[in-house]
Amino acid sequence: MNPFSSGTRLRDMIRSIRACKTAAEERAVVRKECAAIRAAINENDQDYRHRNLAKLMFIHMLGYPTHFGQMECLKSIASAGFPEKRIGYLGLMLLLDERQEVLMLVTNSLKQDLNHTNQYIVGLALCALGNICSAEMARDLAPEVERLLQFRDPNIRKKAALCSIRIIKKVPDLAENFINPAAALLKEKHHGVLITGIQLVTDLCKVSTEALEFFRKPKCLDGLVKTLRDVVNSPYAPEYDIAGITDPFLHIRLLKLLRVLGQGDADASDCMNDILAQVATKTESNKNAGNAILYECVETIMSIEDNGGLRVLAINILGRFLSNRDNNIRYVALNMLMKAITVDAQAVQRHRATILECVKDLDASIRKRALELVYLLVNESNVKPLTKELIDYLEISDQEFKGDLTAKICSMVEKFSPDKIWYIDQMLKVLSEAGNFVKDEVWHALIVVISNASDLHGYTVRALYRAVQTSIEQESLVRVAIWCIGEYGDMLVNNGGVLNIEDPITVTESDAVDVVEIAIKHHSSDITTKAMAMVALLKLSSRFPSCSERIRDIIVQNKGSLVLELQQRSIEFNSIVEKHQNIRSTLVERMPVLDEATFSGRRAGSLPATVSTSSGTSLNLPNGVAKPAAAPLVDLLDLSSDDAPVPSSSGNDFLQDLLGVDVSPASVQPGTSQAPKAGTDVLLDLLSIGSPPVQNNSTPSDILSSSQDNKSSVAKLDGLSPTPSGGAASMIDLLDGFVPNSPKPEDNGPAYPSIVAFESSSLRLTFNFSKPPGNPQTTLIQATFTNLSPNVYTDFVFQAAVPKFLQLHLDPASGNTLPASGNGSITQTLRVTNSQHGKKPLVMRTRIAYKLNNRDVLEEGQINNFPRDL
Amino acid sequence: MIHFVLLISRQGKVRLTKWYSPYTQKERSKVIRELSGVILTRGPKLCNFVEWRGYKVVYKRYASLYFCMCVDQEDNELEILEIIHHYVEILDRYFGSVCELDLIFNFHKAYYILDEILIAGELQESSKKTVARLIAAQDSLVETAKEQASSISNIIAQATK
Repeated sequence: MNPFSSGTRLRDMIRSIRACKTAAEERAVVRKECAAIRAAINENDQDYRHRNLAKLMFIHMLGYPTHFGQMECLKSIASAGFPEKRIGYLGLMLLLDERQEVLMLVTNSLKQDLNHTNQYIVGLALCALGNICSAEMARDLAPEVERLLQFRDPNIRKKAALCSIRIIKKVPDLAENFINPAAALLKEKHHGVLITGIQLVTDLCKVSTEALEFFRKPKCLDGLVKTLRDVVNSPYAPEYDIAGITDPFLHIRLLKLLRVLGQGDADASDCMNDILAQVATKTESNKNAGNAILYECVETIMSIEDNGGLRVLAINILGRFLSNRDNNIRYVALNMLMKAITVDAQAVQRHRATILECVKDLDASIRKRALELVYLLVNESNVKPLTKELIDYLEISDQEFKGDLTAKICSMVEKFSPDKIWYIDQMLKVLSEAGNFVKDEVWHALIVVISNASDLHGYTVRALYRAVQTSIEQESLVRVAIWCIGEYGDMLVNNGGVLNIEDPITVTESDAVDVVEIAIKHHSSDITTKAMAMVALLKLSSRFPSCSERIRDIIVQNKGSLVLELQQRSIEFNSIVEKHQNIRSTLVERMPVLDEATFSGRRAGSLPATVSTSSGTSLNLPNGVAKPAAAPLVDLLDLSSDDAPVPSSSGNDFLQDLLGVDVSPASVQPGTSQAPKAGTDVLLDLLSIGSPPVQNNSTPSDILSSSQDNKSSVAKLDGLSPTPSGGAASMIDLLDGFVPNSPKPEDNGPAYPSIVAFESSSLRLTFNFSKPPGNPQTTLIQATFTNLSPNVYTDFVFQAAVPKFLQLHLDPASGNTLPASGNGSITQTLRVTNSQHGKKPLVMRTRIAYKLNNRDVLEEGQINNFPRDL
Repeated sequence: MIHFVLLISRQGKVRLTKWYSPYTQKERSKVIRELSGVILTRGPKLCNFVEWRGYKVVYKRYASLYFCMCVDQEDNELEILEIIHHYVEILDRYFGSVCELDLIFNFHKAYYILDEILIAGELQESSKKTVARLIAAQDSLVETAKEQASSISNIIAQATK
């Protein structure tokens, strides 16, 4: 060692670091060393630069900051000797990466070294350039590298070839310069040059179609095929031999290049068929090297243009792989079968049983691959057995695998379920087994399906009741269960709609309430579950009058809840139970059927529930729709029940509010009025509890925004609300369907065709339009109401609301009694001023209230079919 | 393409890191932490592949050291195992039955050898003999330079005595 050496040697530093017993000790040693190195750097000590750099690299590897050594690397590279350059380049590659600006400073040194007379120094420079060059350096130094592809020593040529790969990846424009030199490399005998040359050609073909066309030409392709044949048939060569195969690396690179060339080119694919068949049949598969070649060969066969025979061969190899005991081989087989499934699904189906076994493997990597493959294999015919297998496995699978597994099971059940009862059964199994892993949209979808399967309500609620007895800790199961018990609790108790496959079950009313009570009190229940339980209780209070008192007690317990939502629900529901007995039953009627199309449409949009709700609303009411004045339902909860006439037809609207679920009005429930209703207005009314009632023609945006606020807060909890937009739109479509949109204008009639603005089985409303001269913005609308039923309507009131950009003035109606059977009509004049005349069409929301045999009837609708240019 | 090579000891100590794709220092230490957590905990009989952030990490344990290489999804995992073995065999020949201590105290040598096997994340040489020859040639260049330097410093030392 040098007699002047100061500081410690590298070896000693490593020893002292290794001797440290605590992290603090290690930090102290490193700090001391770093201080010494900094001092040496400041003194510009050249003798120990080499050693200091090595120390820095070691310190760097331990994870300490070493940026102060970056300049030392550059200095070391710039010095003349080989040892300094060697350590300098190593430090450069280790301590810097291509994004550091310092790197630009090294470009000049690199250029000099690439032209150095010592080939090892050229090699160092090529290596560094290949490992860390940036796009700018690639541009600057590409000519040097290109020249070195023809260097006399093969070891430089191979380094230059790999360096070229980096260059063309950074700057694809440079690719064409490398085509010819790369082609020359393919003719070499030196394996290193051949391997790197083939790799370069492969990457060239990926970045440049020009290169792809060039190398597809028979003169190149035939050469490659011949090279592969030679290496496949070559005699034993100790230098390149691995497990009896000569240079498997070369095999694999050739096969990979052939794949790139054969893909999408039938002629090229034809050229290589024979040699691929030979590799696929002749390669020994008892060692990893041979399997690596077979694996590559199978991938090439699958990717190039179709040749039936070869593909059978390839699938057979995969079949053999799949039954191999080595996990690595099974893993790659599963991986490749995923690709093969697009080529030959039938052949892959044959291995279904084996693949299914792999789902249960101990190895997480294999399980994941296999599960993905099984998912691809599912179709209508095999969904039942496959689902059964997976659900059975769900019971015993690892916790960390359950998330993936349930997601896949739910997805395949949803996609391929042959009937609803099977779907519900499978989902209940998954929920009972792994309900905590189920995503929200999955159980939302389940509720939509249950709601739509009216003949299965009783069956489902009983099955859920049973399931929840044993799996109370599975939160999403509990949620679905309490929702169903709230909705269909009566069917649970009186065994409504029993299917013949069911075991009889006796549930008392208080048993049903027990379940909800347990859910609300269970320690693991979160706010959503509790809030849902609260609604379920409210509903049960009306379904089970005998338990009403007990339910009230449970509800009241949350009066002091710290969660505002629960507290509010508790207090409001309590007042419904206590003070509004007579309206309660209508208030908590069963949910109307949820609209599947809307729900799936929204899922497809994959927007979070709250966002889609509000955007849906604004979509539906682009300009906001004012609430009609003097709506009888405003502040319903504050009105004493005596003077609150509740039209039967709007009962479910309240329900929607309470649940925070706005259901599409189009799905009309049997037993209620058949008139299309837009529930939103009523919804807005209810949600504006506590805020002053909004008057007609006041700023509708207030309502809209307040409704959004309210809704989003509720929707967060429930997340269940299909947007009203779909429903409203479909209703309008329905109207458009049978209403002639533009009746023929009469000879001397108005300039605008009259429209049927609203029509139900009992009532028709037609609009005739005229424009006062000189005022294109204003439209006079003559509304004519005709009674289509055989009964007289009394107390007839028509109300209308328009968005903000419109102004509406209603003249008094011609009467308030509408004779039966179209024997007369009421007319009323509306004056609408459109501030966006020519830009936006008219739109209007209507509400018609009247008494039929002394019973209140309310009909609502939205009019979108105004002539365009009003 | 190989994105990076990691050598991690059984205890989770890093013995060698080589990055062929740009990762900041922060990302590097995160990657190392994440992967050593995954790989070191895997059982002995499991397959040598771990799917990670859309890439595959192929690893193999030799004595107390895990050799890991991160590759693209479409790369040939079995071949990567061969490349790892190729590297290990060359290290073994160079050090004469290599052990972890060799790689700790001569970490720079391990890097030099790796640089003769991989450039830009691609395989450079399939002949172990060629790699050994190239390393030996460069080592002797260093030795000659050192001798020259020490003889010069001896002369200076004697002259200034």
